[in-house]
Amino acid sequence: MAEHTRVLIVGSGPAGLTAAIYSARAQLRPIVIEGEPSSTTDQPGGQLMLTTDVENFPGFPEAISGPDLMMKMREQAIRFGADLRVEKVHKLDTTQLPFRAWLGGDLEPSITADAVILATGARSLMLNVPGEERYLSHGLSTCATCDGFFFRGQDIAVIGGGDSALEEALFLTRFASTVTVIHRRDSLRASKIMQERAFAHEKIRFEWNTQVTEVFGDDKVMGLKVRDTVTDDERVLLVTGVFVAIGHVPNTTLVTDQVDLEHNGYVRTTMGSFTNIDGLFAAGDVQDDVYRQAVTSAGSGCIAAIDAERWLEAQGM
Amino acid sequence: MSENITTLTDATFDEVIGSSDKPILVDFWADWCGPCKMIAPILEEFATEQSDKFAIGKLDVDANVATATKFSVMSIPTLLLFKNGEVIARLVGAKPKGALLQEITSNL
Repeated sequence: MAEHTRVLIVGSGPAGLTAAIYSARAQLRPIVIEGEPSSTTDQPGGQLMLTTDVENFPGFPEAISGPDLMMKMREQAIRFGADLRVEKVHKLDTTQLPFRAWLGGDLEPSITADAVILATGARSLMLNVPGEERYLSHGLSTCATCDGFFFRGQDIAVIGGGDSALEEALFLTRFASTVTVIHRRDSLRASKIMQERAFAHEKIRFEWNTQVTEVFGDDKVMGLKVRDTVTDDERVLLVTGVFVAIGHVPNTTLVTDQVDLEHNGYVRTTMGSFTNIDGLFAAGDVQDDVYRQAVTSAGSGCIAAIDAERWLEAQGM
Repeated sequence: MSENITTLTDATFDEVIGSSDKPILVDFWADWCGPCKMIAPILEEFATEQSDKFAIGKLDVDANVATATKFSVMSIPTLLLFKNGEVIARLVGAKPKGALLQEITSNL
């Protein structure tokens, strides 16, 4: 027999947990399906679980680690009565009310809900070049804090040009002999302060206008074949570690055939967190390709909770 | 941290593993590793619930590089299950409680 809730929140990054805090304080007794432990971004706490220091979330002048920040948000949600579950939604039906969610390996719906806030975030984009899949976890990684330790004294590469790439590169200088940032253009999109730090670091070097075409090695990574995006010249970079930080793709699998998406695959929202489906709200990175910050995600989680609350009231639910 | 969990160091590792009368699951972790923090409470639960089946030890890889290198720890969290002083299972990456327990017990 399925449990019923007024608000079901799927995801537990800053968006999901902020929505949980607001929904709980509105006495809506939300159930939050946090995700299952993993070393990827769909774990409880979301993408920030894989980062080190978060310096730009307001209220923390001394910075705070990603995991610690998420732990505090979680405690806050619990304090106000949000029902948090370390489980995974493997199917969501938003084609009719009440909405239905299937958890874990359940064959029957586990939870029914009057409103759903989708806050499933985003995951790392991969290069999709030969060798990438083969060497994942054998020298190629998307999580510097998980795997960086192994690369003590080695020459490694970070692929990407945004804040994530530079943050990973700077973190990896603790272990690596050299860190080469490989970027396909000649300028970075990262914030100025991160760029300055990276440029100033003696261990970090840059390969501009460079695109990776292949990852090779024996049973572990030995190097990268790269192509100059301007001259088309091909050459080889000898590195034994590769970290991919080229961007993200939204986690929309639960609703792909149900909800309107933008051209880039992100969930389309209007007037706050409304999707094309009444009662389904979206918050955080799953619907934001522009800002993608912890604080903007938290803000959108609050917006979704308020939107959901007012919508439920208007429906007389 | 639970009393049932032993903190291991480079200096004490071999002795603790060698003298353990039960299989012992060693958690290789670091302070800056999010997924490691994710499984820490699960291991606390195991320490209480599974104490008759296996013991639990934790090794901070940052402070104890020698042991981590000796056992080719490449990614964290890594859980190594020791029995009679030998590694009988290696679990890499955070996983849900049920999945972890199943992998551990299937190797005991």
